[in-house]
Amino acid sequence: MSETVKFTIDGKECQGNKGQYIVDAAADNGIYIPVLCHMRDIVPAGSCRICTVNVNGRKMAACTTPVDEGMAVENITPELTDIRKAIVEMLFVEGNHFCPSCEKSGNCDLQGLGYKYQMMVPRFPYAFERREIDANAPKIILEKNRCIFCKRCVRVIKDNEGRSIFAFKGRGKTLEINIDHKLATTISDELAQKAMDICPVGCILKKEVGFKDPIGTRKYDKISIGSDIEKIHQ
Amino acid sequence: MKEKIISIIDAYGKDSGRLMDILSCIQSEFGCVSNEAVVVVAEQLHISEVDVIQTRSFYHFFTCKPVGKYAVYLNNSVVSCMMGMADAADEFEKQLGIKFGDLTADNLASLHYTACVGMSDQEPAAIINNVVFTSLTRDKVKKLVADMRSGKAVGDMVSELGDGNNANPLIKSEVKNNIRKSGPVVLDAYQSGAGITKALGMSPKEVIAEIKESNIRGRGGAGFPTGMKWDFCSREAGEKYVMCNADEGEPGTFKDRVLLTERAEMIFEGMAIGGYAIGAKEGILYLRKEYKYLQAFLENTLKEMQSKNLIGKNILGKGFDFDIRVQLGAGAYVCGEESALIESAEGKRGEPRNRPPFPAQKGYKNKPTIVNNVETFCSAARIMEKGGAWHNAIGTKDSSGTKILSISGDCNAPGIYEIEWGMSIKEMLDMVGATDVQALQVAGPSGICLPPSQFDRKIALEDLPTGGSMIVIGKKRDLLKDVVLNFMEFFADESCGSCVTCRSFNMILRNSIEKIVEGRGIKKDIDDMAAWSEIIRKTTRCGLGQTSSNPITTTIRNFRELYDARVKDTDYQSDFDMKKAVLESCGVVGRSAEVHE
Repeated sequence: MSETVKFTIDGKECQGNKGQYIVDAAADNGIYIPVLCHMRDIVPAGSCRICTVNVNGRKMAACTTPVDEGMAVENITPELTDIRKAIVEMLFVEGNHFCPSCEKSGNCDLQGLGYKYQMMVPRFPYAFERREIDANAPKIILEKNRCIFCKRCVRVIKDNEGRSIFAFKGRGKTLEINIDHKLATTISDELAQKAMDICPVGCILKKEVGFKDPIGTRKYDKISIGSDIEKIHQ
Repeated sequence: MKEKIISIIDAYGKDSGRLMDILSCIQSEFGCVSNEAVVVVAEQLHISEVDVIQTRSFYHFFTCKPVGKYAVYLNNSVVSCMMGMADAADEFEKQLGIKFGDLTADNLASLHYTACVGMSDQEPAAIINNVVFTSLTRDKVKKLVADMRSGKAVGDMVSELGDGNNANPLIKSEVKNNIRKSGPVVLDAYQSGAGITKALGMSPKEVIAEIKESNIRGRGGAGFPTGMKWDFCSREAGEKYVMCNADEGEPGTFKDRVLLTERAEMIFEGMAIGGYAIGAKEGILYLRKEYKYLQAFLENTLKEMQSKNLIGKNILGKGFDFDIRVQLGAGAYVCGEESALIESAEGKRGEPRNRPPFPAQKGYKNKPTIVNNVETFCSAARIMEKGGAWHNAIGTKDSSGTKILSISGDCNAPGIYEIEWGMSIKEMLDMVGATDVQALQVAGPSGICLPPSQFDRKIALEDLPTGGSMIVIGKKRDLLKDVVLNFMEFFADESCGSCVTCRSFNMILRNSIEKIVEGRGIKKDIDDMAAWSEIIRKTTRCGLGQTSSNPITTTIRNFRELYDARVKDTDYQSDFDMKKAVLESCGVVGRSAEVHE
């Protein structure tokens, strides 16, 4: 049994397990902190930075910082909201995201956050990067225009012997997501589906199942992103 | 090819943790790490090909296509450009008949740009097949190319050997030390064995107490108290490691290169002292690839120390075992960040880790690890020899001891200066013979650009902290173009890309400053850059992103008039260039791209 700690988020008293990441502990207390790279129980990447919160006055990523007794977390402030909105905008200008034609539209976390933060026009200039689409793997299309480098697939999708199916290639401005063509031929339908499902955007697509969900039945058609978490304790 | 690669992999015990070394060997053997080589490596190490590619593609000195028999890596960082890099580059291109980024048709030579190679006091400099050539002029470049055509071994192309150990047969380099001022802690004469002998006569706890008493703080730039770092690590249980950060990549710093050349024993002794203090038996010196020319010398120094029983089994008969190996990097500035350095030493991409856990808890191979700078280890050896109180009496109250400065740029005597902390900038500029100074870049691109009105400030962790890089920028320079734009290009290239904000913002900021330099900017661009810089500073994981906007923010703060003079005073200006946008499609249909407004 792990030790219970008390902490606050925006003044609200919360309880969590010592060592638990802020973002998970917050969710257990009905508080939504936005994430793009984080997945519960998976080693955090800490790369999208959208979960940035103030911890005892310092900016920290809520997905990599464990809760501690007496910790004072600020989650909703005008500054943090603006930072989060800026990060969403940044991801939109960095890649090439055309929501109306995207298979993941309505099920996309980035789009969900764009609505949540009421992004109209990004404040940053578009990069219009030219990126490849890799459809060599038998079950998966990798639409690199939409990748936001969350590393979920890199961390989660492995073959039977634990080898990576996905990995980064390059660095900085040449960074891209890469798929192992050899090992990708060995993955099951279930794993390909899982890869598509954990991808927060429309970068990883399982072949032959695009636009499966009709409008109205998609994840964020009727509820906004994070509202499921916020409902837990209401 | 396959047999050769297999034998390389076998030599490293088929250990994927040594992927950096394996790829290094393949690169130097075949001139590239080809996709065919990747297949063999993946097979042999039983990892996926994308995992080999992720490491290969992270580092500047691993290439997927072959480089020339002579691969020329010319430094295009700020100081090199100030000292005439453009002429050297032009001459290389003329003589070889190719552009930078290309390979000659006969595979003789390839030309590449690279970030600061740690030779700022003797620029422009280039590295050709691991051999360094400094102070390049058009004539020197002509001669180098003629030597290449005659098939000369690159080592024999060195015309005149440098001073001190640069002339050692194992180094044989034309690099100069340029030690202009010695200080009591690091550059004073050092009797090999003095520090470790004292340390082994004490208990590990007493060693840490002595380091704490000295008040020394990390010399890499961050200034974390060394004693505290060692103390944390000593409290952890089990196998531990000592790592020396010799990945000196901050543009404008080159002092570690001189220490590695002239104080190698002192560095290794410092590492052994650290190992004794925390309870480690193994040390790794992570050497940046640019300094590979020192590797044989360093490894030989280790051998000599073993024969003197200063390293190895049962050191000085005191029952303490400690071994050190040299780990080579492959060209990535971010690996100077301690957790990225650890990742890299493990054969992976040099992406900084999330904290907690800290390296002192989980470092190399997830074992407790201390990572310290080259200069810190030298100082530790001296502190053992002379005592913590002696060291604490030097410098200022909050910054004890000395600091080695790498001073370069527009001054009469660029080189290495060991000063006591607390010296003012004005005194420093007098010391190096710098007149007509427009600005001083303190602590490299990640530091601050200081205007003359602040030259009474002091070099000290409590005022102007620095890892040692000091670039003097004369009045004749175009500060925004020659310095700020170059620095932002550097950061955009060197971001590991992991954090959204660092990857994306450094590009955005680079484009913004370019826009202003080219005269396309408006007033709003200046305010935008300042505001956006705050976002990147607050939201990135490691020091690179937290400081990479400094070239912009500190020049907006201190040299605002330079920006104002370059921007238009209009509220809105479209960045969209219709002609450019339709150029390609017009080309396809064979129409001219004339756009009528």
